[in-house]
Amino acid sequence: MFYSPVRTNASEAEKNEKLHLFKYVEDPQQKNVETFESRNGYSAWKKVLSSMSAEQVIEEVKSSGLRGRGGAGFPTGLKWSFVPKDSPKARYLCCNADESEPGTCKDRVIMERDPHAIIEGMAIASYAIGCHLMFIYIRGEFGECIRSMERAAQEARDRGHLGKNIYGSGYDLDIIVHSGGGAYICGEERALLNSLEGERGMSRIRPPFPAIEGLYACPTIVNNVESLATVPHIINRGASWYSSMGTEKSSGTKVFSLSGHVNNPGNYEVELGFSLKKLIFDPAYGGGMKDGKQLKGVIPGGASTPFLTPDMIDVNLDYESLASVGSMLGSGAVIVFNEDTCIVWTILKLIHFFRHESCGKCTPCREGTGWLEQVVRRIEMGQGEQGDIEKIEDVCGNIFGRTICPLGDAAVMPIQSAIKHWRDEWQYHIDHGSCKVKSEFSFQ
Amino acid sequence: MMLSEESVKAIKERAGRYPHRKSAILPALTIACRQLGYVDETVYREISKIIRIPMVEVAEAATFYTMFPKAPRGKYLIQVCHNISCALLGADSLIGYLEQKLGITKGETTPDDLFTLISVECLGSCATAPMMQINEDYYENLTRQKVDDILQDLRSKA
Repeated sequence: MFYSPVRTNASEAEKNEKLHLFKYVEDPQQKNVETFESRNGYSAWKKVLSSMSAEQVIEEVKSSGLRGRGGAGFPTGLKWSFVPKDSPKARYLCCNADESEPGTCKDRVIMERDPHAIIEGMAIASYAIGCHLMFIYIRGEFGECIRSMERAAQEARDRGHLGKNIYGSGYDLDIIVHSGGGAYICGEERALLNSLEGERGMSRIRPPFPAIEGLYACPTIVNNVESLATVPHIINRGASWYSSMGTEKSSGTKVFSLSGHVNNPGNYEVELGFSLKKLIFDPAYGGGMKDGKQLKGVIPGGASTPFLTPDMIDVNLDYESLASVGSMLGSGAVIVFNEDTCIVWTILKLIHFFRHESCGKCTPCREGTGWLEQVVRRIEMGQGEQGDIEKIEDVCGNIFGRTICPLGDAAVMPIQSAIKHWRDEWQYHIDHGSCKVKSEFSFQ
Repeated sequence: MMLSEESVKAIKERAGRYPHRKSAILPALTIACRQLGYVDETVYREISKIIRIPMVEVAEAATFYTMFPKAPRGKYLIQVCHNISCALLGADSLIGYLEQKLGITKGETTPDDLFTLISVECLGSCATAPMMQINEDYYENLTRQKVDDILQDLRSKA
């Protein structure tokens, strides 16, 4: 019925009116423009064009408390307000759909199943910053998302939601659906802009910030898919409705991608401040540990966020609570590990990824991730040497905070936390040349 | 010309959409790979002429990204995700199973040029692991039975 069979909690919408992003994602008709329109779709866009100024839109989103859902959590409305009002240059909006943080698969569901929600949000954001040509940069591997967004873009043009003089307002707006070439780094906004310009996906030094000098050296705003899909709901139902959900500093709902050793992996939209324990163990969500195994650890926000141990999972899923236990909300990708998972094996998978995806621009990241992979690999292969743990810590310390973009930090944070929590396991590997537990997971 | 008339037309159409033609490099490479299965210097030169961008800039971009193979490969490119969420649910054993079924090791192409098997980084399908991509399509929640059926289906189409 759907391209991707991924599980969601859309059925909860019947009794939980707070669910809005996922309300219709189990309905195969939702991607069609007529169905979308019949469910109040594009009404926020009409409202904005007929009765709101750009400043009013920005104020509404600011006071809703919406924060960027791509990982950094920067306030969305505040970001929009950085675009200079008096710039004679064109302004651009880029929707960041380069979803590649390991564990994250939430934007994909929205693109495949509710593409018009993204287009409507992008249109409103474009109006707020005075943009007339918007882009959605989709990771190239997401073939179905690209097809879905292309189709929705054409439907939106055909129905007059995009184009010249939209709804007779005098406002012109069009969209370009752009596909990437396969590079994690392009999810970082400055690398994304370079890639969109046809360059290698390498980050840029800031300042200037993209809001001042971004795509084609013009003021540009880059927002995540989920953030933009939220915007029409804020316009329709009001900032106070949105900020009444979640916690004081982390308002609204968020989609969490749950993967790994749980009974029900899937994408779940919950209020920010939701219990991590409940997400993993409640039958309505993760449904507990697969095969009755014990929990060993959790990565709460994607492969670049620090691990939590079982005694730490009584934590709420919001920006502040996760920071208070030394981790991050990130992109909301919760990866669950059972007792059979070797931590060195896990870190080898992660550091291999970051070494592969380092763009090579900054020396600490380019060289450091390679050194880290070498040392972690030899420990995993049973050839670790005394002092290797300290060597890893030293290299990590020399990458962290010393790169242009956050990839360097992202590469070392899970390693540092894995050593902090399971140092004895690393030492066992070095002393005995083998794992305490065997990570031999077979598919059925 | 290696690029077909259809591909050239598609590249020109894409290039016309952007405020700056250089933005059409990645879409052009995607179109070229869809037709040829790979890109090389001849293709860079052709793209460079079509979108009127120096060839070196096309090559510069092409060699950075993983989605543009630089040499011919099998009709079906099987890319298995080996990143963490898939690995926790048996991606390594999935790769082993495919190697055994196809009679090749990772990185190789079957003698009949039908299948090339590689493993890749996270494909954003983490809650439906393990998974693989074949050409432009995703195959998720894989089991041995599903893999058998998929391979048989592709063989019968070939």
